[in-house]
Amino acid sequence: MKQWEVVIGIETHAQLSTEAKIFSGSSTAFGAIPNLQANAVDIALPGVLPVLNRGAVECAIRFGLAVGAEIAPRSVFARKNYFYPDLPKGYQISQYEHPVVLGGKLVIQVGDTDQTVHLTRAHLEEDAGKSLHEGAGQHFQGRSGIDLNRAGTPLLEIVTEPDMRSSAEAVAYARALHALVRWIGICDGNMQEGSFRCDANVSVRPIGQPHFGTRREIKNLNSFRFMQQAIDYEVQWQIATLEDGGSIEQATVLFDPVTGETRAMRSKEDAHDYRYFPDPDLLPLAIDRQWVEQIRAQMPELPGAKRDRLMVDYGLSLYDAEVLTSSLELAGFYEAAVAIAGRSNAKACANWVMVDLAARLNKEEREIGDSPVSAEQLGGLIARIADGTISTNMARKVFDTLWNGEGGSADDIIASQGLQQITDHASLERLIDELLATNATMVAEFRAGKEKAFNALVGQAMKATRGKANPQQVNELLRRKLA
Amino acid sequence: MSLTLEQVHRVAHLARIEISDAEAASTLGHLNEIFALIEEMQAVDTLGIEPMAHAQDLAQRLRADRVTESDQLAQRAAFQAIAPETEAGLYLVPKVIE
Amino acid sequence: MIEHSLQAIALSLKSKEISSVELTQLYLDRIARYNPRLNAYLAVDPAISLGQAQAADERLARGEGGPLTGIPIAHKDIFCARGWLTTCGSKMLSSFVSPYDAAVISRFHAAGAVVLGKTNMDEFAMGSSNETSFFGPVHNPWDTTRVPGGSSGGSAAAVAARLAPAATGTDTGGSIRQPAALCNLTGMKPTYGVISRYGMIAFASSLDQAGPLGRSAADCALLLNSMAGFDERDSTSLNRPAEDYGRELNAAAGAKPLAGLKIGLPEEFFGEGCAPEVMHLVEAAVAEYRQLGAETVAVSLPSMGLSVAAYYVIAPAEASSNLARFDGVRYGYRAPDYHDLTDMYCKSRAQGFGAEVKRRILIGTYVLSHGYYDAYYLQAQRIRRLIANDFAAAFRQCDVIIGPTSPSTAFKLGEKASDPVQMYLSDIYTIAVNLAGLPGISLSCGFAGGLPAGLQLIGDYFTEARLLNVAHRYQLATAWHLQRPAAFD
Repeated sequence: MKQWEVVIGIETHAQLSTEAKIFSGSSTAFGAIPNLQANAVDIALPGVLPVLNRGAVECAIRFGLAVGAEIAPRSVFARKNYFYPDLPKGYQISQYEHPVVLGGKLVIQVGDTDQTVHLTRAHLEEDAGKSLHEGAGQHFQGRSGIDLNRAGTPLLEIVTEPDMRSSAEAVAYARALHALVRWIGICDGNMQEGSFRCDANVSVRPIGQPHFGTRREIKNLNSFRFMQQAIDYEVQWQIATLEDGGSIEQATVLFDPVTGETRAMRSKEDAHDYRYFPDPDLLPLAIDRQWVEQIRAQMPELPGAKRDRLMVDYGLSLYDAEVLTSSLELAGFYEAAVAIAGRSNAKACANWVMVDLAARLNKEEREIGDSPVSAEQLGGLIARIADGTISTNMARKVFDTLWNGEGGSADDIIASQGLQQITDHASLERLIDELLATNATMVAEFRAGKEKAFNALVGQAMKATRGKANPQQVNELLRRKLA
Repeated sequence: MSLTLEQVHRVAHLARIEISDAEAASTLGHLNEIFALIEEMQAVDTLGIEPMAHAQDLAQRLRADRVTESDQLAQRAAFQAIAPETEAGLYLVPKVIE
Repeated sequence: MIEHSLQAIALSLKSKEISSVELTQLYLDRIARYNPRLNAYLAVDPAISLGQAQAADERLARGEGGPLTGIPIAHKDIFCARGWLTTCGSKMLSSFVSPYDAAVISRFHAAGAVVLGKTNMDEFAMGSSNETSFFGPVHNPWDTTRVPGGSSGGSAAAVAARLAPAATGTDTGGSIRQPAALCNLTGMKPTYGVISRYGMIAFASSLDQAGPLGRSAADCALLLNSMAGFDERDSTSLNRPAEDYGRELNAAAGAKPLAGLKIGLPEEFFGEGCAPEVMHLVEAAVAEYRQLGAETVAVSLPSMGLSVAAYYVIAPAEASSNLARFDGVRYGYRAPDYHDLTDMYCKSRAQGFGAEVKRRILIGTYVLSHGYYDAYYLQAQRIRRLIANDFAAAFRQCDVIIGPTSPSTAFKLGEKASDPVQMYLSDIYTIAVNLAGLPGISLSCGFAGGLPAGLQLIGDYFTEARLLNVAHRYQLATAWHLQRPAAFD
């Protein structure tokens, strides 16, 4: 039996986070009533003209810098001609022969190893509108309704080389890209709203065959899970087809999440003759060095660099550093907490952010950006644990108080609720002496060999101090007194 | 060179213009006359000549990333008043099949 | 009054010799009387026009307003004007009432000019005779059995018959200059980018340029002052300091007002292909220019002979894409019967567009399609570069190029209507100017057999003021431009 190699390239449409559309002054906000955000340019009235949004170009430059690509000093917008009701002009303005971003690469983690996915290009283009069909609350019989709110929303189409060899690699790439575009603030990454959509070009070939097999393009994968399922299905379908003596026809396919299968689209006829030509309404896009450098100066530290720095500066493990740099917000939160708690508590900060805070956020389905406990508050709390002011158990109560918005800082709460740990040796010793005197039975039981009784005595001590005693200290004292 | 009837039909379909066989035949005659005129270009050696897409050798001006629209409800009403068929703010077309 | 220059009309309005309402009514009456013979206007709306005239009169009464305040202007029906039927000469837009104003319309509105009506034109500006209009041909006021030229034929006929003091047009391959020549008018196509294309229904975006059609160069200068100017809504609009295009016209000059001017005479303009009676008039005009002090030099535009070929690739290619938006979905004509989406597109476009428009869409679709792009489209763009280079070389030797505007005087209606190639060749002298993006002006240089002939002046980029002055000096020395067709008193 033949061994097969899977070859995958990914094209991603990332919706750029601009206020206005790419060629008009309409808002890009999601969720307006139909066609409210479709102005004269967006609905392509006769005589209207496009004017390129500087913000969209800046997003493309940021992306190019983030992936170490070449920013083309001159790029060209072309018209891609085809008829479709959600395409008001009868052509899409896109970049074809001369894209704005050339090359670049993204390092992804697959298992424990780093792999490099090379990018072919990234280019600017406009999104189409939406066709709404019967059903889904609509009831125009046998007709489709066209909403052009999304028409003209800026997109960056990011195209990879066919560098990936498994669905896992494809998903790792998509995740890394998703994190990156959000990190550099060019895309909100909202996959439900279609802000980040991937197409996967999949082919298989017998291992050792030099040329690629015929590929099929899986369109509009809007979740990582679907991407994995769709590619896995497609790969096994292609292998089965070839092993049965069939051949693969180049096609565009859709993934059906219900059946878990891919199926060929009823192809847009003559889809292969888009009659591209340079848009005569738009002169070439010129980007000078100065503009690029200006944007470079505003770029945040990139995730890979930050990850490495967190490991060196704070002694974090690769895993911790990876998790904490999964988004710019999380990394920012972490570093702000460390700034308050102190560098020596960096590891404790990592644990609090990744475990306690993450669990709570997760439970309430909140993002780090709207955590009720700020990085400063959490840092302050961790500092008080580190200097022994409060116990870890007590800290969780303070954390709850902060979470509920009761109290401005850990210090305020500790002070107002008298939560300071009792570390004063003399008073604790006095307390334990009283405890031993009033619990003679337990003492006797312990002496008779019941270890349980010891734990009960510790419990009594903690209860008597309402948890403020340092449990370790209580432990030591009890052992000594009972010895 | 000259076009064929089949090419006329193909191009008409690409351009989404219905064309009858009779129309295609007469169109073919006109197109071939016009292409005979156009073919004069082919005799010219243009090696190394940069194609000229625009009347001026300038770069594109950009707009600020700012929303410019207001009173979109009135605007939508004005736009849809001249539309062939709308419902619930949507433009209606025969069913789109993917 | 109908023979007054725009400047003279403005003075009459300022001095209250006549009001804008009276003036507008005068033209509306003439339109009512003569338009049926000419078919120059597609839409007239006295209520709107008189309302604007009233507003202009109030402005003038307050001592406000500029040189065009209160003057009625006819607009080619290619300019979107809010509340006006804007058909572009097509069935496709036969009931399209524009919800917005084109930049040119807004600028005239700001200047206080009155919209007198919308003028007939070749469908989507594709034609050289005005015979492709869905609303029927326009008749030439000099001989109503003949064409007025195109595509701005309605504007030209309206001004020539004194159904408007002045008008706007657009010029993609000669559509202002050629009808100006055929109707005894002065018409200018400015440098590409001088006038905003926003709201002007696109034919071939890289070639289209609006411009004035008037009875004299002086009138055109006044109109251009209003029309020109930067517009941020058009990416190809040029951001240049404002200029007074008439600034050279009033300069004092002696008997040799054009002394020092070098006029280039391209051999390609003076060879075969031009009717002898037209050529004689052009040569006489050249002699007149020598009298005015200009010096003539022979120049050459070796690639100009390919301009028609290159144009009939580039213009249809752009048009095929520009006209894709007319799909019957958001506005415009939708076929009454169809069985699915594709059928709706195909039928709406087949029924909504006329034969010439469809022909050009097919040419454009073909030359852009897979496998033909390099041989046609790119080759045409390379030829375009060669043509632009020719002009650049010529302008190193001269200031202004002179030649005929059109190879013949007005031809008979129907004469070329069924022969596209013959029709296309009517623009052999004008097309190269659009390909290069240069300014050009046509003015009358006499009559042959009772029909006017046009002289074309071409300048280097941004030399509109000089071109207007060169035309003006000729018009000061001659009286051809003052002739008017007898049948429209």
